[in-house]
Amino acid sequence: MLSIKSLQAKVEEKDILKGLSLEVKPGEVHAIMGPNGAGKSTLGNVLSGRDGYTVTGGEVSFLGKNILDMEAEERAREGLFLAFQYPVEIPGVSNLEFLKASVDAARLHRGEEAMDSMTFLKLAREKCKAVNLDQNFLKRGVNEGFSGGEKKRNEIMQMMLLEPKLCILDETDSGLDIDALQVVAEGVNSQRDPNRSFIVVTHYQRLLDYIVPDFVHVLADGKIVKSGGKELALELEEKGYGWIENEGA
Amino acid sequence: MTEASNAVVSPFTQSALDFVKSLEVSGDFAEVRESGMAAFESLPFPTRKTEDWKYTSLHALTRQDYNRPADNFDLDNAQELFEVSGLDAYQLIFINGVFVSELSDDISEAGVSAVPLSVANDAQRALFKQHVGNIAETRRNLFTALNNATVEEGVLLHVEKNVQLKKPIQVVNITSAQQQASSAFARCLVVLEQQAEATLIEQFVSTSETQNILLNQVTEIQIGDGAKLNHYRLHTEDESSLHFGGVYVDLNRDSQFESYQIALGGKIKRLDVLVNHNQAGSHCEMKGVYLPKHDQHVDIHSYIEHIAANCTTDETYRGIMADQAKAVFNGRIHIHPDAQKTLANLSNKNLLLSNKAQINSKPELEIYADDVRCAHGVTVAQLDDKARFYLQSRGISRQEAEIMLSFAFINELLESIPLDALRHKLRPLLAEQFTSNKSLTQHILDEEIGVRSEGAL
Repeated sequence: MLSIKSLQAKVEEKDILKGLSLEVKPGEVHAIMGPNGAGKSTLGNVLSGRDGYTVTGGEVSFLGKNILDMEAEERAREGLFLAFQYPVEIPGVSNLEFLKASVDAARLHRGEEAMDSMTFLKLAREKCKAVNLDQNFLKRGVNEGFSGGEKKRNEIMQMMLLEPKLCILDETDSGLDIDALQVVAEGVNSQRDPNRSFIVVTHYQRLLDYIVPDFVHVLADGKIVKSGGKELALELEEKGYGWIENEGA
Repeated sequence: MTEASNAVVSPFTQSALDFVKSLEVSGDFAEVRESGMAAFESLPFPTRKTEDWKYTSLHALTRQDYNRPADNFDLDNAQELFEVSGLDAYQLIFINGVFVSELSDDISEAGVSAVPLSVANDAQRALFKQHVGNIAETRRNLFTALNNATVEEGVLLHVEKNVQLKKPIQVVNITSAQQQASSAFARCLVVLEQQAEATLIEQFVSTSETQNILLNQVTEIQIGDGAKLNHYRLHTEDESSLHFGGVYVDLNRDSQFESYQIALGGKIKRLDVLVNHNQAGSHCEMKGVYLPKHDQHVDIHSYIEHIAANCTTDETYRGIMADQAKAVFNGRIHIHPDAQKTLANLSNKNLLLSNKAQINSKPELEIYADDVRCAHGVTVAQLDDKARFYLQSRGISRQEAEIMLSFAFINELLESIPLDALRHKLRPLLAEQFTSNKSLTQHILDEEIGVRSEGAL
């Protein structure tokens, strides 16, 4: 599914990723944990093609294709999805027109026709219900005036509509109370599938009680310094990140 | 006449003077014409040093003579230039300032006069004479002075006390491309008596050829006690058009003026809007959108005079400048000493789509009363990279994302237009300014999923 080899990247002349490697196979859920400043969010941004992040070395292959040369929108159409830590508010663009434009882009990319509006509306309402969002949110501006939890549920709803092959959740748990976290986790779990993989980036172990990973990796100073099973997350929760950074050094 | 008259410095002013002299001497409007002429002759031709014209050069006007436009218009193709499908309105159509009865409606509603001067009866002409020139500000605007000096044809809209006009009045000013540089004049006078109500749509359109014609148009609006005017001023002429327009409004006790002004760019497009809150309790709400691109130029100057107490003004203008286009927005709110308890708000937001596009925006608050609430805000920004990336990260192309975000910038104002038919006409028309590729505007224009699609949910 995804193969990252010795990825190096910098932001504004500062090296952030310093040789990160990761293999993700279909259906797997990988958690990436690490202290602040380790490069967790950079990884998501680099993979999804955000401007301002320069790849200085290494390779990333997604479903056999080199994605580093692709525009952000091409990567998305190939099936890569980034759930943002802080989804941006876009007044004046309705959630519905945004969602339909996204879905249509993916369909056209697959050689299918754009969805007709009524069918789409029905589908969108269904997904809204699945993440427990009121239907009024569909006609509001994208994320406009949404609470933190509503924004995250909107992200999950987009994931459900777009049916991506690889989902990167960038600190989706930040700013969520336990109820909102459960709703989001249920949404994610409902999308788990033998053909769909997840990279769950988080600072805290708590999210992993609800989205149980197959693998846990520790990211420190731009590299994966330790990998293990889900029990590694518990160990990190207990001991903090210090011991691994020391071990890695 | 003194030799030193400042006005006679350019072929434009000389042509204007010749034009005025060629008018038939008619007793009816001699007074306004003469005073207009006097004002015109006493005003210096604006240069970059003239405060009100600092960012709008009139140099283009000084290079050639301006003639009377030729009567060269094919009426068969006129309808499609101004048709607003689904709009049930009375239409009064002018081409290059000349009334076209074949395309216009004969309006007969009790308590309403809505006629061009050329077919008005004596009583109507007398009414026009009584009000014309009373509000238009000629001391600082050369073009309005000139318009006064040329009063000949125009629209009279008079609504009697307590009468509500049943349908909107759509006044269309068409200009047609000219071989020789030409100028045309148009006038509109609206008088709403006490508690009267009306909707006026002023539409400025042209053929899509290079215009080579300048339209000078002035609208005066007198709104009586408790009366209300819904006003639309829509400029969608060809980008080669030259327009000098003025809207002058007197508000009386508890009266209301609600105005939408939409302007695509032109070679030079200048609009001056003056609103006088003459008596207590009046309310003015103005919303405007300007969208110049290519080498176009738009200049909007608004002047709000709070003379009486307890009046409110809410002014929101948004502009998007693309390519090398330039826009000027000057919003002045003047609170006079007796205008206590005034509430005034001015917001002007601008989006620059290219590094070469320009906006000169200046809010001016001048306050001489101590118990008022006034606010103004101006912003100039480029497209938000974060928002664009968010859309792209969902598979939307960079181009479509930029168009969605640009349109979003004005969408809020468009959505608040209460006349459905106009909104349906304007949304695609404005979206097309960003691209002619329909696949890039299909989502923002999809009525079934738009913000307003309440019925669909």
